[in-house]
Amino acid sequence: MMTDLFRKGHNACAGCPAAIAIRNIMQAAGPNTIVSIATSCSEIISTQYPRTAWGVNCVHCAFENAAAVASGIEKAMKVRGQEDINIIAIAGDGGTSDIGLQALSGMLERGHNVLYVCYDNECYANTGIQRSSATPYGAWTTTSPPGRLSIGNETFKKPLAEIAAAHKIPYVATASVAYPDDLQRKVKKALSIRGPKFIHVQAPCPIAWRFDSSMTVSVGRLAVETGMWVLYEIENGILKINQRPTGKKVEEYLKVQGRFKHLKPKDIEKIQKRVDEDWKNYQEWEKAEVKL
Amino acid sequence: MVKKVVEASQAIAEALKLCKPAVIAAYPITPQTHIVEHLSQMVADGDLKSEYIRVESEHSAMSACFGAACAGVRTFTATASQGLELMHEILHIVSGSRLPIVMAVANRAVSGPINIWNDWSDAMAARDCGWIQLYCETAQEALDTVIQAYKISENHEILLPTMVCIDGFYLSHTYEPVDVPESLNGFLPDYDPVVSIDMKNPITQGSFGTPPHFQEFREQQYHAMNRAKRVIKQTNKEFAEKFGRSYGNGLIETYNIDKAKHILISLGSICGTIKYLLEKDNIKDIGLVRIKSFRPFPEEELREILNEYESVGVLEKAVTLGIGGPVWSELRGLTSKPIADFIGGLGGRDITLDNIREVFDKIRSSDTGVHWLGSKLKGDYDD
Repeated sequence: MMTDLFRKGHNACAGCPAAIAIRNIMQAAGPNTIVSIATSCSEIISTQYPRTAWGVNCVHCAFENAAAVASGIEKAMKVRGQEDINIIAIAGDGGTSDIGLQALSGMLERGHNVLYVCYDNECYANTGIQRSSATPYGAWTTTSPPGRLSIGNETFKKPLAEIAAAHKIPYVATASVAYPDDLQRKVKKALSIRGPKFIHVQAPCPIAWRFDSSMTVSVGRLAVETGMWVLYEIENGILKINQRPTGKKVEEYLKVQGRFKHLKPKDIEKIQKRVDEDWKNYQEWEKAEVKL
Repeated sequence: MVKKVVEASQAIAEALKLCKPAVIAAYPITPQTHIVEHLSQMVADGDLKSEYIRVESEHSAMSACFGAACAGVRTFTATASQGLELMHEILHIVSGSRLPIVMAVANRAVSGPINIWNDWSDAMAARDCGWIQLYCETAQEALDTVIQAYKISENHEILLPTMVCIDGFYLSHTYEPVDVPESLNGFLPDYDPVVSIDMKNPITQGSFGTPPHFQEFREQQYHAMNRAKRVIKQTNKEFAEKFGRSYGNGLIETYNIDKAKHILISLGSICGTIKYLLEKDNIKDIGLVRIKSFRPFPEEELREILNEYESVGVLEKAVTLGIGGPVWSELRGLTSKPIADFIGGLGGRDITLDNIREVFDKIRSSDTGVHWLGSKLKGDYDD
């Protein structure tokens, strides 16, 4: 039995998906790891002075620069003659797809030997559930509230993993906290490859998404079963789907979350249409075996 | 010792060849570019064995230096103006994390309007970021100050980062004969971090500081910055013993003050012009005090000097809107003598010998106002 490298006693909420994600990432990565963590829920729950939940070296600097900090760590450890170390940057969706996108792109483009993991709770949960570019269409957040003139969030999610893959890095994957074996396998695979790697983990947040804290995993499973979240890997530019939707309609996923409760049938229809299109595209992409 | 005719930019690169930072992360910006170009060539030629990270922004430059410093190695970056502004957030974190990063700043005006030429608005706006700030007068001093900066910053009593400030273009792009030491001859010990990433004993760096703890972090930084006054002076002395050059007492430098009645205070390369004019016009009643260390601020030394003279003037290339010049506003608390402020040279405006003569005359008349050197504006501003 491996000792947890992300230990109990941290300050996460009940049902916190970030804690589940990181615990699994660390189980897969093992002790020979340095973490560069962005300001986020996961940082404030785990590094409150003078305590730490981390059983590995953990460095926190700011919100938008986990990738840049990891770049510096990687080069410094190289100079110290310790190149065979896992260096993992961890950030939320705001810290990755919004304010940290530039630093991430720089790290990927420069080819650092770093695994970047974005755990995506689809909003700025840490500051009180504000809208990020990873917030899905129609979702309520405190800065995308539905109102007389608004449906809620009016845009679809930014395709973060595809943006990472466009850098032609050796490994990109999506994952979910509801599929821990798949997540751990992907972390291990990523860490076995030299160069920049990116994993995008969906992380259903009970507080922000408005569901009971016992349902984190079941909501994550519904996302995958309905096709709202597709699990895939892009290895050396070739896409492979890991888990196929079961044919459940998106409504089943949406209706268990308070953030979508204001949606009308036509809104749900619009989301279903988009999910169907996306799923068709992923299948065609996989079938074509086109190298990105 | 080899004599080379170089710009301050190359002088700084030569200093780094001796200090051997393990990691350099930098982003180009005028007028800092010659520093990073020289360093890039040295790395490309194998003359400097640093890992050079060509980051996508100054924010990432400072962030990558932060990461490397947390991993326990010596680091360097350089910037100017908007670049310093972009990394502003991380400047505080580096100091608060007690990481002895050294950075050259080729001082340049900040936008708007956009302007690439020299003044001190960039570094002086960063005076409260917890960095030691040392301003240089010559290319030689730039080289010597980079070497000293590592020794000061890495001192276990200090552990604060240092900005080595050189006037953009006036120093960064101006050739001077410079003595380049062949070795540091033991002056700068290997970097010995107090804490850093240790794979056998993992630590967490950059913790979340709650109200019961946060204030003490700042209080410790405050005391470290105060201690830096002593360490800067001591380092200046040790440098003189080893290399035969010193800069005043390390914090301030005085010139022509023995018979003077009045004092002019300034920083940086303009002091060379002031010294030239004092000699050229054979002026005896005015002395110059050059502040080399703006942070920590050499309060005691300045208080002692200012109170010995009839009146004081400050010539500075920065303004703090709503108060006056940043140097002047800090000096006013140190003396009851008349003290006038002369703001000039902003955005690269030439400060002429006649401008400085005007300054001398105003100081002699015990003026206490804020004056804009060579202003083209006419009229009553009703302020």
